[in-house]
This record gives sequence, structure tokens and C-alpha cells, in this order.
Amino acid sequence: MASGVKPRVKVPKTAAAGDTITIKTLISHKMESGQRKDDDGNIIPRSIINRFTADFNGQNVIDVTLEPAISTNPYFEFEAIVPESGEFTFTWYDDDGDVYDTAKKITVS
Amino acid sequence: MDLTRRKMLALGTSALAMASLGAVPAFASLTDDAIAELTGGADIGEGSVTLTAPEIAENGNTVPIGVEAPGAVEITLYADGNPVPNVATFKFGPLSASRSASTRIRLAQTQNVVAIAKMEDGSFQMAKAEVKVTIGGCGG
Amino acid sequence: MQLKAKTIGLVTTLSIACGPVWADPDTDQLTINGDITIITEAAAPSHMEYIDTIYSGWRFRSDETQAVQMDDFDNPGMLGVENALAAWDTEEGSEGKSCASCHGAAESLAGIRAVYPKWNEAKGMVTTLEMEVNNCRETRMGAEKWKYTGGDMTDMVALISSVSRGMPVNVAIDGPAQSTWEAGKELYYTRTGQLELSCANCHEDSYGLMIRADHLSQGQINGFPTYRLKNTKLNSVHARFKGCVRDTRAETFAPGSPEFIALELYVASRGNGLSVEGPSVRN
Repeated sequence: MASGVKPRVKVPKTAAAGDTITIKTLISHKMESGQRKDDDGNIIPRSIINRFTADFNGQNVIDVTLEPAISTNPYFEFEAIVPESGEFTFTWYDDDGDVYDTAKKITVS
Repeated sequence: MDLTRRKMLALGTSALAMASLGAVPAFASLTDDAIAELTGGADIGEGSVTLTAPEIAENGNTVPIGVEAPGAVEITLYADGNPVPNVATFKFGPLSASRSASTRIRLAQTQNVVAIAKMEDGSFQMAKAEVKVTIGGCGG
Repeated sequence: MQLKAKTIGLVTTLSIACGPVWADPDTDQLTINGDITIITEAAAPSHMEYIDTIYSGWRFRSDETQAVQMDDFDNPGMLGVENALAAWDTEEGSEGKSCASCHGAAESLAGIRAVYPKWNEAKGMVTTLEMEVNNCRETRMGAEKWKYTGGDMTDMVALISSVSRGMPVNVAIDGPAQSTWEAGKELYYTRTGQLELSCANCHEDSYGLMIRADHLSQGQINGFPTYRLKNTKLNSVHARFKGCVRDTRAETFAPGSPEFIALELYVASRGNGLSVEGPSVRN
């Protein structure tokens, strides 16, 4: 499932120190549950993103364990505190060993 | 009030639903087991967790769910009618603001979604919501 | 037919008894990204004899489903648009051209979705957006055609639709397109399959009612391609037509066939006045 996987994140560009901000993330991924069968009746093997993390300047915001019950194109919305200017890093871990990541800078005034 | 056939039906259904709520155990056993594994059998309180879920999902493949539990260090979601009850666990780090998260989940049938929050003092809190999963029009 | 008549009859009784909750589209208003105002209700075009007001399918969906379309970030259909934006700039084929080589930015095609299907003078026939995309690929780029309902194609149509969002659908039904439009109308009212259902039986006679657990819409196509929660991908108009005809238990026409081209023109014309809103989100 390494092909066509593309992370998207939505983070405000600016905030005031100590502000609470809302972050949204979406990644294109089939999230094959391991419960489905193909046309020949064989189980399609599970292939999902099993973990997602969001950090800011090295400190964790949220660490999510995903099971096959998470829908195709996993979507998360959560809130973070931003104490200073810096960079959010977002990481998704695939069953197949692939890791997808992206980063967003935010300026605190 | 005119007691129409429709209203009769509705009354009958809700009476039935009440009766079955009393008779049927709250969770399927797989979910009980999974929750017991998380809590180690500790008591689970109620009132601190807010679970936001649609009463009726237009399609079980993509159901929006939100959880919030002020003072939680982590929240685990279960779906008691799915083949595997665990759905997701949100662990909140030091820069988490409100202890809340939203996502989209798969529900195989009408069932309870259960959220168990582990609080900062090590105690557990829960909330649950029934989501009715409907079958589409003509199968298309 | 007996079964169908009974089903609709039962549903009618229920919805009269429980009031307008099920019988009508809701009254919600759609603005995308707090910026693009979408017309989801309009006076029916004069050619429609049996309906006074036309509604976008968005108005028949639950609040939760509606919300997913109100912000492009939340709308997974936009993943397809992003894929197409990459394809837009990719040079392909013997001519070494991309879409951008001739058209510049994708926004230059604003307004195009609103008027297709449309009469193509050079080809002497009504063509769909999919056909025009393949026309470009073959004749201008020297590239392979895309499959009519394939992912590449549906993503590209979603991109072309996205830049027309908010503009009113306005397909021409007269002049050289008229005979195609009439053929489409004929199909719309023709019962097919073992269930003997026409498009009109559900989407004209019975919209607003429940078909099992689904709130029947008018079957408008202004929101296509549409991201369905059911199959979690973008669905093209002809793929949807095929699904509907199959559900009447009929042998269906093929995507891209003259029959579906005509039907698309006719169904699009029933939405003249609603905004283009693809890629939309439906159940």
C-alpha cells in the first residue's frame, strides 16, 4: 500500500502563545481490514495504518493506535496547545513497514 | 390525540426496545474481555466522558465519532458488534489541549460504541452510544 | 410491479403519518469552506412537467454526511482532485504535453462542467467531459485513453468540476443537442429490469420517501463525481447510472455508451439552475 498514500494536515499558520488550536489530518489509505474476501473467496490480507502521532517541537500531542475499524482515508481532528513558535510533525505507520510523515510550521506572536 | 396506526407502531416499537434494553446484557463478551484487559477489572465510573455519535448512520462504512474526557490520559473506543471490538486508542501527550479527538469509523451493524477513558489518577470512566446502521436503498 | 406498488404505498402512508421529516428534503443551506455558496434548491426548468422545485441530493442527506462536504479538508473527494492536479501538470504521450501545456491553470476551465454534456460540432455528436478528456489525451497529447469510469478519469472530472463549484448548471437541450436530449428523456421514463422501474419511478414520483432506510433524492447529478461513504471513493455519473439500472435487475448499458450519454444530458438538464458541486459527498 505504499503507492498513492498522501498525508494532508490542516494547521493554522499563526497563533498566540498558549493558544489552543484545532488540527485536522487526513491520509489517503485503503485500510484493508482483513475481514473482506476477494472474488475467489479468499481473505484479502489486512493492510492498515496502525499508528499515528503528532508532536510539536519534540513534545507529544497525541499518539493514536488504529485498528481495522478505522475508515478508509483515516481522518483525525484534535486540539493542541502551542507554547512557542515551532514545527508540528505528523507520522503515520503502515502495517507494511512504511512510514509517512509531514510537518507544518506555526508562528506564535 | 388521534392514535394513528403509525403512532401505535411507534409506541409498540419503543416499548419493545425498552424491554430488550433491560433483558440483553450491555456488551457483547468480546468487548467485555477487551475492556477488562484495559482496566484490569477496576470499577468504571460514568459522567466524565462525552461520546458524540450519530443516532443513525447513513452508511456503516464511514461513521463520524467524537470523544472528549477532561483529565483523561487516554481514551479507547470499542464497537461491540464488530468482528474485532477495538477501534482506536488516543493517548494524549503533554501538548494535548482538551482531551478530545474525532475520527471516522466502520460499524458492521447496529451496535453500541463504547469509550473508556483512563484518567490522570488511574481511575476509569466510560460512555456509550447506540448507533443504528442502516441498509441502503436498493443495494446500490 | 405489484411488489413495487405496495412498497411505495406503504412508505407513503408512513410518511404522511409522521409529517414532513421524511417526506421532504431538509432546509439546510450549503456553503463550502465558508466561501462558495451552493444553490441546492431552484425552480424546475420549464421542460420538467411534473416537478416544480429541484433539489440537490445534499438536501436529502443526514447532518453528519452534509457536514463532510462543507469543508474541502474534510471532504475525501478532494484527495481525487489533488491526484488530478498532479496529473494536470504531468507531460504524457508522443506530443510531450500536459493538460497545463494548453490550458494553463485548471481554473481556466471554470464554467466547463456547468455546460456539459454539450454538442461537439467537429464530432457531430453530444460529448461528455470524460469524452473530451480522452479527446485531448488522444489527439493533443498522443497519450493513451483513460478508462471511462477509471480512477484517473474520475479524479480529473472531479478537478474540472471543482473549479466550477457554485456556478449554475446550464446544459443546452435545443438545437443540434435536441434529439440526444429526447433520447435521454425517453430512457428516463422507460421501465427496465425485473423490477420494472424507470428513473422517474424513484427520483420523480417518489423522491423524499424512504426506500428501505435510504432517503430518496431527485437523482440530480450536479454533485458528480461524488464521494460515497459506502465505497469510499469518487463515483462517476455513468458508474452510478449503471448501479441504478443494475438494481432494477436489468442488463445495463455500458459507461460511455450512446444511451448513457443521452441520459446524462437529460438528467443534467433536470438540474439546470442548481450549482455545480462536485466532488460532493453522499451516502
